[in-house]
Amino acid sequence: MYNFDVERPKTVADAVNALATDEAQPMSGGQTLIPTLKARLAMPSVLVSLSGIDEMKGVRKGDDGRLCIGGGTTHATVAAEAAADFPGLAGLAARIGDPAVRNRGTIGGSVANNDPSACYPAAVLATGATVVTNNREIAADDYFQGMFATALEEGEIVTEVKFPIPQASHYEKHIQPASRFPLVAVFVAKFADGVRVAVTGASENGVFRWTEAEAALGGAFNSDTVKGLTVDAADMISDLHGSGAYRAHLVGVMTRRAVDAING
Amino acid sequence: MPKDSGIGASSKRREDIRFLTGDGNYTDDINIHGQAYVHFLRSDVAHGTLNSVNTDAAAAMDGVVKIFTGTDFEAVGSIPCGWQVTDKHGEVMQEPRHPVLAHGKVRHVGEPIAAVVADTPEQARDAAEAIEVDISELPAVIDMKEAVRDGAPKVHDDLTGNLCYDWGFVEENKGAVDAAFEKAAHVTTLELVNNRLVANPMEPRVAVGDFARSTGDYTLYTTSQNPHVIRLLMGAFVLGIPEHKLRVVAPDVGGGFGTKIFHYQEEAFVTFAAKACNRPVKWTSSRSEAFMSDAHGRDHVTKIELALDADNNFTALRTDTYANMGAYLSTFAPSVPTWLHGTLMAGNYKTPLIYVNVKAVFTNTVPVDAYRGAGRPEATYQLERLVDKAAHELGVDPIKLRRQNFVTEFPYATPVAVEYDTGDYIATMDKLEEMADVAGFAARRQESEAKGRLRGFGVNCYIEACGIAPSNLVGQLGARAGLYESATVRVNATGGLVVMTGSHSHGQGHETSFAQVVAEMIGIDESMVEIVHGDTDRVPMGMGTYGSRSLAVGGSAMVRATEKIIAKARKIASHLLEASETDVELKDGAFTVAGTDKSVAWGDVTLAAYVPHNYPLEEIEPGLEETAFYDPANFTYPSGAYACEVELDPETGQVTVERFFAADDFGNIVNPMIVTGQVHGGLAQGIGQALMENCTYDADGQLLSASYMDYAMPRASDLPFYDVDHSCQTPCTHNPLGVKGCGEAGAIGSPPAVVNAVLDAMRSGGKDVSHIDMPVSPHRVWEAMNS
Repeated sequence: MYNFDVERPKTVADAVNALATDEAQPMSGGQTLIPTLKARLAMPSVLVSLSGIDEMKGVRKGDDGRLCIGGGTTHATVAAEAAADFPGLAGLAARIGDPAVRNRGTIGGSVANNDPSACYPAAVLATGATVVTNNREIAADDYFQGMFATALEEGEIVTEVKFPIPQASHYEKHIQPASRFPLVAVFVAKFADGVRVAVTGASENGVFRWTEAEAALGGAFNSDTVKGLTVDAADMISDLHGSGAYRAHLVGVMTRRAVDAING
Repeated sequence: MPKDSGIGASSKRREDIRFLTGDGNYTDDINIHGQAYVHFLRSDVAHGTLNSVNTDAAAAMDGVVKIFTGTDFEAVGSIPCGWQVTDKHGEVMQEPRHPVLAHGKVRHVGEPIAAVVADTPEQARDAAEAIEVDISELPAVIDMKEAVRDGAPKVHDDLTGNLCYDWGFVEENKGAVDAAFEKAAHVTTLELVNNRLVANPMEPRVAVGDFARSTGDYTLYTTSQNPHVIRLLMGAFVLGIPEHKLRVVAPDVGGGFGTKIFHYQEEAFVTFAAKACNRPVKWTSSRSEAFMSDAHGRDHVTKIELALDADNNFTALRTDTYANMGAYLSTFAPSVPTWLHGTLMAGNYKTPLIYVNVKAVFTNTVPVDAYRGAGRPEATYQLERLVDKAAHELGVDPIKLRRQNFVTEFPYATPVAVEYDTGDYIATMDKLEEMADVAGFAARRQESEAKGRLRGFGVNCYIEACGIAPSNLVGQLGARAGLYESATVRVNATGGLVVMTGSHSHGQGHETSFAQVVAEMIGIDESMVEIVHGDTDRVPMGMGTYGSRSLAVGGSAMVRATEKIIAKARKIASHLLEASETDVELKDGAFTVAGTDKSVAWGDVTLAAYVPHNYPLEEIEPGLEETAFYDPANFTYPSGAYACEVELDPETGQVTVERFFAADDFGNIVNPMIVTGQVHGGLAQGIGQALMENCTYDADGQLLSASYMDYAMPRASDLPFYDVDHSCQTPCTHNPLGVKGCGEAGAIGSPPAVVNAVLDAMRSGGKDVSHIDMPVSPHRVWEAMNS
């Protein structure tokens, strides 16, 4: 690490002010940022810790029926507190990383970082959730803009994510054997008015919606419907742990398994 | 009924109290007043000419004590290699200079170029970033077969090429082996890769150097499996410090697995720098540094062929292996693919004719050396995969084919120079078949298939050689060291004992098991025996712990020293008892006179030795302390039969090990619980190699698997509950305890069973694949299933 100062604001407003400093960097759970700092791959002047902001924590049911999760809420809290209302999301949170990661890492940090192999973006995109920041609300379809790229502006903080609760959902994950991040994972969300399918880990462009599968599943919600569908292997990541063709294949497998899990 | 103490008892590991309560004393726990810290600037290119290293700006930075580059070490010796292999033409291997800091060229990613010593680790790292290095990159040689082609870039300009040696074993047998292949009824051929691994002990390497200006004494604290060996290698060959002025301490060490045997540049550096800076100097490896500076393991590319007659008897075997040495020769690197690999090629079988060729190759990669098993896993894997392949080609049961060709009479002289003293391969296979419930497999396969999974069953046998010896033989084979062990047993006046052993425990539990042996011999409580190791000032001499040698060699030295103690104590006792020495016997911690009720307790005898008032001073000296050196007559030859049952998800290629069985013959056993734990650990590393671990370079020599984000270490959840048995026991005939090594068996014996099981599962899914390389990752399985 290089030297830096630490600010620990108690409110979102104070955090926004602190982030106005040159080379300031927000930190939520730090599960990505701390290793990056230790490897000296980032050199912030000020680290603005968001973990002391109570207004950004917690899981609550909104008046419109959406499940609203504060940006500073840990995966472990989501796994426990979303289980009754949104088991698909709780199941995703319960399988991120290991217990240490789940007790430090937050939904806001994950969504803001938008790692192409992160779990949460799949749920956010597959449910058409709304990403709430300190100054606006952003629809999931507009929010994710490629690997590590989002609609967030400099100094903007994810304060909350509002999830429409699907009738049924499931997150199916095939892990990369070393990092245990998703090699390919698929979140399938079934709503009264249609199905949304989001894929993480696989694409060179980060999390994406598999619209062909959505259309097919909107017609008949069973895994046979998507059996013949494929994504283009050329768009998929190819690395030590799997070729683009393998990842493209897994997109189909994970999708079918998610659908089968929902149908029981 | 199991014993509750002494030999054969599962005594609880006494060292675990300090390990599990955070009270261990590891090298990184050692901090010396006034110490400075070193940060190594390491090469980020695999091969290049080092034009200049400008340290001016860095030297002016806060806290910098001194900056060293390769020129500071021109007058210092090369990091030595401990084994010289002679090739098939009678020529000695090519042996390049291995500098402490790179000079003239860099030869692998991670090679240290400069070293900054500063007041704090952060200042050292800051200054290292300010060093300007000018390197003209050269084409890297990574692939071994490419490296030995004419015109390939040379790793070492002063050598004739990248071939370290071309070894033939036994060269005189080559003609007969080839002739046997001509006559064979069937020949099975297999080409395979034994994947490169990174040992990854939990504790990264650490070294602290200290120098006392007033006395000229050096001390090195280091994470080593063999502090005396480091004292000799570094003292005599690198820095020119005689043993009496150099103390090497290897305190608690958090796992070694071979990679902490070797003498590394960082040890020499901190020792050298402690004098040059007049301050203690400490280095603590980061995990990232460990990936690119700890010696790697395995990395063989092999073609192996088996000749069989019409009755499926093995008639000849020949192998052709390329073995990666990396950029420099690590301490025991040349011995691993030769004497620790070629000599094991007979396996459990009475194949009469064997020829082994090994080409050791320099590449622009981290040096490769011994890793748990060292040569024997490579031998076992190729042989046991080959036998399985032969069985399938011939349509015979793989177990039956193995049984038919087992060595059954002992001692057995193999055609590859070693003599197995004991073993019973039929017994371990019988035990394995009983444990593994082979008959129930069909039903288990049906259950898996009902879930959409394929199920496979694989077996293999293994034989390995532990406690490499004797010294005069290994000297002929090129070892530049003896391979004996020493022990000093010191009995204190009140009867407690301290055993100073040259073996080194870095997880093996010697402090418990060694004490069990001595306590049993004297008939006293284990708590009266303390084991001391890991300090050249406390232990007279030692060759250390590797190659599963500790109990067989170090334990035997301890037994010999204890026998001397008992002999002297008997003399003292006979004096106290006023009886003839021949009538005095030691039992349950007391000397008694046969046929009488006269007895003297152990503690009274030891007290007499140190308070010799009533004592035969004219016959024997006071005191009770004895040393023994033990040089074994032969290796020990543990063996066993392993079985693995996997489930395979044909859609994802994911393989899970559902059941694993190990039937081992380790001879006599001192502590069954510790032995079981050793097998468990070995299996984790063997299954890790088979399914997950892979150290990978790209064509430019960049290390792709340079962290746990890309190097897949097995976790508990990746492994099954093992079923381990060591009830088959054919005691070793040539050491006093009748013991064989058990530390590496699991890692040696498990990879072929896993791969054989995966191929069996694939066949049951209609895909007859003749081979799949390790690690058998989901991606590879899926590709093989869809090829």
